[in-house]
Amino acid sequence: MDKDDRNTRQAAAPALEMTGAQMVIRALKDQGVTYIFGYPGGAVLPIYDALFAASDIVHVLVRHEQGAVHAAEGYARSTGKPGVVLVTSGPGATNAVTGITDALMDSIPLVVLTGQVATHLIGNDAFQEADTIGITRPCTKHNWLVKDIDDLARILHEAFQIAVSGRPGPVVVDIPKDVQFKKRPYVGPAAVAHRTYRPPTEPKPGVIEKAVALMAEARRPVFYTGGGIVNAGPAASAGLRELVELTGFPITSTLMGLGAYPASGPNWLGMLGMHGTYEANNAMHDCDVMICLGARFDDRVTGRTDAFSPGSKKIHLDIDASQINKNIRVDLPIVADAGKAIAAMVRVWKARKYAANGAALKQWWAQIGRWRAKRCLDYKPSSAVIKPQYAIDRLYEMTRGRDVYITTEVGQHQMWAAQRFKFEAPNRWMTSGGLGTMGYGLPAAVGVQLAHPESLVIDIAGEASVQMTMQEIGTAVQYDLPVKIFILNNRYMGMVRQWQQLLHGSRYSHSYSETLPDFVKLAEAFGAAGFVAERPDELDAKIAEMIAVDKPVLFDCRVDQKENCYPMIPSGAPHNEMILSDAEDEAAELGEAGKMLV
Amino acid sequence: MQQNNRTERHTIAVLADNEAGVLARVVGLFSGRGYNIESLTVAEVDPARHTSRITIVTSGTPEVLEQIRAQLGRLVPVHRVVDWSIDKPGIEREMALVKVAGAGEKRVEALRMADAFRARPVDTTHTSFVFEITGSPSKLDSFIDLMRPLGLVEVSRTGVAAISRGPEAM
Ligand SMILES: Cc1ncc(C[n+]2csc(CCOP(=O)(O)OP(=O)(O)O)c2C)c(N)n1
Ligand SMILES: [Mg+2]
Repeated sequence: MDKDDRNTRQAAAPALEMTGAQMVIRALKDQGVTYIFGYPGGAVLPIYDALFAASDIVHVLVRHEQGAVHAAEGYARSTGKPGVVLVTSGPGATNAVTGITDALMDSIPLVVLTGQVATHLIGNDAFQEADTIGITRPCTKHNWLVKDIDDLARILHEAFQIAVSGRPGPVVVDIPKDVQFKKRPYVGPAAVAHRTYRPPTEPKPGVIEKAVALMAEARRPVFYTGGGIVNAGPAASAGLRELVELTGFPITSTLMGLGAYPASGPNWLGMLGMHGTYEANNAMHDCDVMICLGARFDDRVTGRTDAFSPGSKKIHLDIDASQINKNIRVDLPIVADAGKAIAAMVRVWKARKYAANGAALKQWWAQIGRWRAKRCLDYKPSSAVIKPQYAIDRLYEMTRGRDVYITTEVGQHQMWAAQRFKFEAPNRWMTSGGLGTMGYGLPAAVGVQLAHPESLVIDIAGEASVQMTMQEIGTAVQYDLPVKIFILNNRYMGMVRQWQQLLHGSRYSHSYSETLPDFVKLAEAFGAAGFVAERPDELDAKIAEMIAVDKPVLFDCRVDQKENCYPMIPSGAPHNEMILSDAEDEAAELGEAGKMLV
Repeated sequence: MQQNNRTERHTIAVLADNEAGVLARVVGLFSGRGYNIESLTVAEVDPARHTSRITIVTSGTPEVLEQIRAQLGRLVPVHRVVDWSIDKPGIEREMALVKVAGAGEKRVEALRMADAFRARPVDTTHTSFVFEITGSPSKLDSFIDLMRPLGLVEVSRTGVAAISRGPEAM
């Protein structure tokens, strides 16, 4: 968000006396907040009272605090603005912890306000007291306990500043109930700046020149991009597109970065990593110059680190210095905002009139062509059962050209969606990457739909994941948010079953759903619409109906129960040892070492 | 990561806002990420600007030590992180109080050793001494080792304080 913009809006405000609770609402308004996701309770009643009188802030009542945080994440990820959450002390705060951790792992800016017992009760094991600051310290970018009303307005503004600047992340402001009642003059955001927190955003002098020179010499280059580009805003994605076009280099992305470069772009290799494409992973393994932009060499991406891209020089752009050399040693670190650094790369490339090594690049693309010819995402079609890949493909085709946002749960369906759904723009793909939180997608869709009321918002779900937060259908119904929950129902925790098959002798311990709800009745019970599709030939018509319904929908898409998600780099294997299909995995030796890894 | 197993011991100074919980953040970072703390000292050093200085002695491979510095630098209230073993030459000092009990020849020997180490008796009874000793951690280690056979009862150490040589601040 544009901070200056927020500041000027507030600049002329007089120092009004108000209660702490009123200050909270006022600070939210001054920060440009229009939606908050919350759930009331004893320790936040004064804030809810102030909210009762507030007309220009919409409070969305969720059904579980975890849902509030995921909804705020969906809102934030799809708009680039911070998401705001309001929950009570004790169980309200602890229920929010999964979402907060999720946001930390995926660098999502959130401001989470928690009520706390009155200051004189803190430490007494009071009713609904929890050490929220202690519990959330390791899962926030920063947190504050506001013991003194004099600090409240300043801390609230600092909280927004810290959530959105540098590497974004969630912050928690814990506000005791007595502080919510106390009165003080209000301080606006213009008067507040954190004393010392100024994360650097400009690349160090000379470093971009070096990087670009290295790129120009490359014979087998690859761009490896991530969520940092999405976080840096639309200009960073635009810059990336220009840079790719200028250089002619191939580009792959992590799960979090999908959409920053369009999937229809000619240089696109598809996603990389554990379930990435054969061409992306082999290009990573064999490249001579790797340009990592806003990604963090996560273990889902690298596979076995000592065999990771052994022959390449690595450039690593990240706004967070602690990501440099964390998992993989790099040759040229650039600590900067992705948008600024990429723009500088484009400038330098043009100014120095660099040209890629055309002959070498041509050979490299020819090699990539041979990898592409493996057609690693192909699957065995069926006219009897719906293959999950087919379902995603049909969903994509039937929503193509529309204004679509996709969220997901966690499991095989998530990976199939990432592999097959084609994203042309950033902020269109909301998924739980770092934490892998089942139950993320439905509430996230609620947050996305709220921000984009006219758009088509679809949660590509698994039948197990969706049961973790399915009560949020109630929220969707209440606020007329016509989210489509498209469940790839394989009756299994499919991803667990796949690992059990590959690593645990097909002993399917507790990964089959002996019982499932009737999703159609469930939808109807909530006031939403339900559909079932069981045969491939009925799928298109049902999807069309789903899109046409102006209501939240639970779509029970019954798919092949035993389909596995390929390609796959088994844990502990290097990039160039991918399994492409079931047939291969029987032969593949999945080492004991891999079993130890997650 | 491609790590070697050379462990090094480094002394790292952290200048941070003296706000509630800052020490918990630092300690939580070390425990959460599995880093070692060999000693840690903390005190406010500038009451007007509310800044605290935390000095941590830690050990790890060069890769781990690089991560420790970067992770510390990422904490919101932290202003500066200096690794005395890398960034600039520093002086390290630690203080210990060492209680030794005994009589006869051992007692005389303890006092003689203390004198050689410039340890000062700060409490004396007919059967015991408490010595105050200041120096590098290794000097303290040697002194304590020497006291062991001479009736060592108890040791209290402050942990390391460090500062750079020359006129500049950290
Ligand atoms: C909260 C949570 N608990 C457990 C897991 C471990 N886990 C990862 S995928 C998965 C199965 C998901 O099943 P489903 O939602 O049906 O998706 P599918 O893999 O079948 O597409 C499980 C249990 C997780 N990621 N999150
Ligand atoms: Mg399933």
